[in-house]
Amino acid sequence: MIRYALSRFLGAIPTLLILVALAFFMIRAAPGGPFDSEKALPPEIEANLRAAYHLDEPLVQQFGRYLLNLARGDFGPSFQYKDYSVTELIAAGFPVSLRLGGSAMILALLLGVTAGTMAALRQNSRTDHAVMAVSMTGISIPNFVMAPLLILLFAVTLGWLPAGGIGDGSPRYLVLPVISLALPQIAYISRLTRGSMIEVLRSNFIRTARAQGLPERTIILRHALKPALLPVVSYLGPASAAVITGSVVIEQIFGVPGLGRYFVQGALNRDYTLVMGVVVFYGALIILFNLLVDLVYAWLDPKVKYA
Amino acid sequence: MSAAPESMAATPAPVKGRSLWVDAWNVLRRNRAAMVAGALIFTMAVLVVVGPWLSPWDYAQTDWDNVSIGPDWESRHYFGTDALGRDLFVRTLHGGRISLLIGVVATLVSLLIGISWGATAGYLGGRVDHVMMRIVDILYAMPFMFFVILLMVFFGRNILLIFVAIGAINWLDMARIVRGQTLSLKHKEFIEAAEAQGVASFNIIRRHIVPNLLGVVVVYVTLTIPQVILVESFLSFLGLGVQEPMTSWGALVNEGAQEMGTAPWMLVFPATFLALTLFCFNFVGDGLRDALDPKDR
Amino acid sequence: MLRAVFLYALAALLVLLAGCTDAGPAGREAAGNAPIGGPSGTELAERQVLHRGNGAEPQSLDPHKSEGVPESNLQRDLYEGLTIDDPELGVVPGAAESWEISPDGTVYTFRMRANGRWSNGDPVTAHDFAYGLRRSVDPATLSNYSIMLRPILNAEKVIAGELPPEALGVRAIDDLTLEVTLEAPTPYFLGVLNHSASYPVHRGTVEKYGDRWARPDRLVSNGAYRLKDWVMQSHIVLERNPYYWDNENTTIEEVWFYPIENQSIELQRYRADALDMTYELPFRQLAWLRENLADDIRISEYLGIYYFGLNVTRPPFQDNVALRRALNLAIDRELLTRQVTNAGEIPAYGYVPAAAYYEQVVPEWADWTQEERLAEARRLYEEAGYSPDEPLTVQILYNTHENHRTIAVAIASMWQDALGIETELVNQEWKVYLETRRTKQDTQVFRAGWIGDYNDAYNFLEILHSESGLNDPGWNNPRYDALLEAASREIDLERRAQLMHQAEQLVLEELPVIPVYFYVTKRLVKPWVGNYRPHVLDHVQTKDLKILKH
Repeated sequence: MIRYALSRFLGAIPTLLILVALAFFMIRAAPGGPFDSEKALPPEIEANLRAAYHLDEPLVQQFGRYLLNLARGDFGPSFQYKDYSVTELIAAGFPVSLRLGGSAMILALLLGVTAGTMAALRQNSRTDHAVMAVSMTGISIPNFVMAPLLILLFAVTLGWLPAGGIGDGSPRYLVLPVISLALPQIAYISRLTRGSMIEVLRSNFIRTARAQGLPERTIILRHALKPALLPVVSYLGPASAAVITGSVVIEQIFGVPGLGRYFVQGALNRDYTLVMGVVVFYGALIILFNLLVDLVYAWLDPKVKYA
Repeated sequence: MSAAPESMAATPAPVKGRSLWVDAWNVLRRNRAAMVAGALIFTMAVLVVVGPWLSPWDYAQTDWDNVSIGPDWESRHYFGTDALGRDLFVRTLHGGRISLLIGVVATLVSLLIGISWGATAGYLGGRVDHVMMRIVDILYAMPFMFFVILLMVFFGRNILLIFVAIGAINWLDMARIVRGQTLSLKHKEFIEAAEAQGVASFNIIRRHIVPNLLGVVVVYVTLTIPQVILVESFLSFLGLGVQEPMTSWGALVNEGAQEMGTAPWMLVFPATFLALTLFCFNFVGDGLRDALDPKDR
Repeated sequence: MLRAVFLYALAALLVLLAGCTDAGPAGREAAGNAPIGGPSGTELAERQVLHRGNGAEPQSLDPHKSEGVPESNLQRDLYEGLTIDDPELGVVPGAAESWEISPDGTVYTFRMRANGRWSNGDPVTAHDFAYGLRRSVDPATLSNYSIMLRPILNAEKVIAGELPPEALGVRAIDDLTLEVTLEAPTPYFLGVLNHSASYPVHRGTVEKYGDRWARPDRLVSNGAYRLKDWVMQSHIVLERNPYYWDNENTTIEEVWFYPIENQSIELQRYRADALDMTYELPFRQLAWLRENLADDIRISEYLGIYYFGLNVTRPPFQDNVALRRALNLAIDRELLTRQVTNAGEIPAYGYVPAAAYYEQVVPEWADWTQEERLAEARRLYEEAGYSPDEPLTVQILYNTHENHRTIAVAIASMWQDALGIETELVNQEWKVYLETRRTKQDTQVFRAGWIGDYNDAYNFLEILHSESGLNDPGWNNPRYDALLEAASREIDLERRAQLMHQAEQLVLEELPVIPVYFYVTKRLVKPWVGNYRPHVLDHVQTKDLKILKH
């Protein structure tokens, strides 16, 4: 198992390198530069700026410099936010994003698996139809519609929850963003769980267990849930990617100071280092997450052998 | 399609396929939800094509006398107008054309790449398979949405680019599914028979493997189209969707969401169309999966 | 086992949600039934904390390294220049208590306040200002706005690296006397001195921390407020600077600035009482706002022009003044400002907004009816060689933004209706748009705007000087250049205004730019924000405001 994990881990390194290279050259190919502004800079100052950020070197040399710095955990200075380095910005933004995304993910798992299981147990009942209808809605309504609706209802009209920001950091501020971010994932996970649970409940070993007269609760929790969760686990990789992209929207709408906001801002401002930083960091995170998911899957599924 | 009679003679596959399709149709017909959803999609498609002719307004035309009004039959703004006095009924339908078009074309792009890649890897096997699937694995780990955003930011909001960009991120799943199916088909008798007759690999893939994948592909297509429409609406939220004065459901819904507290009709109509369409595609997709894959459920 | 996992997950969710802090909700006192400001209308609230929407996240709080409006709003509270631009009184003493100007208008001698203090208690001296101005123009500082200081002797040469920063025409005669020598008399120079490029910085701090000094716990400033906290993309908190010379007249204890770029989102936060003042307001929702929040809407003149530039270096606009005039006349500015922008924007017939000491130019056709204008437009359009059968096809370039999109769509529709012109709308993201505009290759018509850096007409006219880096229409008129150069040397304000007047008239005859409307400042301000005074450059300083009892 450890060897399997290690080999998978080493295998991720070329993936990461390709990611860095792809992002680096793509950003540099973009028209417009970080120092363009409406008031044209005097050429001398622009030259000074370019030299200060090593933009006057050949591109390949810049790439090499970037990789070397990256290996030391240094993402470089931000072009846009001149008082901070990209590493500092990521260090400040990531915990916030993690709190938001992590809460949303866990909420989605808890609610999704519970609702899906309930629907599967009472297939074609009213509960089933209700769960599926709600989950269909979750899939069909974009979160940039859902989020302002929630704000309008709970913050503006009812005044129960804050309309955005993080205020003093109290959990109240995260309730609406977490729900908006989790909704589509709850929907997907409950559908997945329902489908696989129905299949598992029809399998022979569950029938055997029933025939032995085990209580229904035990059958579900001890025997059926684990195999039924396999498709959910393999969905976690794409789900984490979806939560990360979704947080770009949610962070913007709720004014949550996470990493997602830097990404679009950075791209618009041609803040090369910041965009690279976010892409590489998130990319590494997704790669890591996929790895973990595979390991969990291997652990859950007795059929998988680690070659 | 000139090769069709030959392949019919060479293998029993199409006959087998037909019975599969007949079976599937019978299952699907009994699934009322899927049938209703399918009919709705059809209606929607017809509506977005012919609907704009039912209104005197053009999608880019400004009615200065009726700026930002709610639904009004007298001026024939059935869904009201936006802040520029443009008719929302026509714009919703026009946006539907674009969204559905993006959904279908981008899905086809991903289909094309995914099927050729997966079928080739699966059929050829060995080292080629290994390398090809390794590439898929690597690409799988990329935060693609980020690259799409970068592309749209840097290289303009070209509708063609949207097709390609979205299509290019969706082919990976298809490639994996198709490869798996191909591997299992590879050892079926009719393929081995064709190989024994000395038919070239490329022709075997094209004539025998690809047609037999149709079931999986159809399910995949119906489930991918709504995803693509959602991705487009996400890009629209970031201001990276289609170019004005053209519009899409995503763009309309985003505009509407900005003004939901003040001009709710701007959100309600396009959002209903968008949600209904996604809803229907998902129902049909589920129905088709039940029908075509008896093992599932 | 799975149950344990479930419980762990639940616990993890709770921990994540709870985070590290657990302070109570930042609730505000609920609005009671009492009238705002108590019976007298001037009674102050107990909590003097202001929440302001502030557009974008600032690039930097270093005054020499930032250029945008959000940055200057913050820096105006943090720092104080030699002068302040007051909404009613115009330029008034700031960090300098008085000044003298030599008869030829080129030497300014400033007397500093003896009780001026930095936020760490150090005295603010003439040396600090000399250091600040030199740092601002020093190419090593990498300032992107040092060009503002161009009127000072040798500034351009220092910026270009031809002279050392010490050669700048700035000298601290003693701790409290600062002498600034100019290249030429510059009537608006006192206005430049409240721009962030001329703010002082605390030498000890800058030298100790280098590039990273403008942060909480480090930043030392000389204004009414000092930096308390900065959470990127969330908020910046400033607190009262107890050492500020006029501290006793400051009422608000703490001010929170929030970067909120989307106006609809900002409106929701305002409606939820999380903001006392917005940065802007969504103009598409004005009708609704007028019905529901009429008392909170504050609209006032803003020194800025929204215009469409025409690329006159290429066909179809090259050497085709008739066509430019036709397009100009075919825009119904009254309709546009009434139906589209809708916030009281002023239709622009001339190019320079209502700046100080300058009477606006009003062209003859401003008094015509729209029918007369259209008739003339059709005549000119045909004279230019086009007709409804052979229409002009033209591209409008704008940077991606709701408002610009709306206006471009509206104007395209007017041109289509009036002259049958076919327009293609092209939106590009800001940086791409700037580059396209600057290269003058592909642009035909482009949307543009200019907000005054200081209250003077010259600031608008110099854009169109043939050597200006901002002359994106590519207009080149030697007479215009000569008039501007004469104006920049003129001491007599009246003569200067006349010269600029003539220059503006040239612009309106040849129309390298089509003026559309003059900007207004538009925002929502809660009724309990006292002493809010609109300013033509939108300098709203927190130190002037107070929170009334509510």
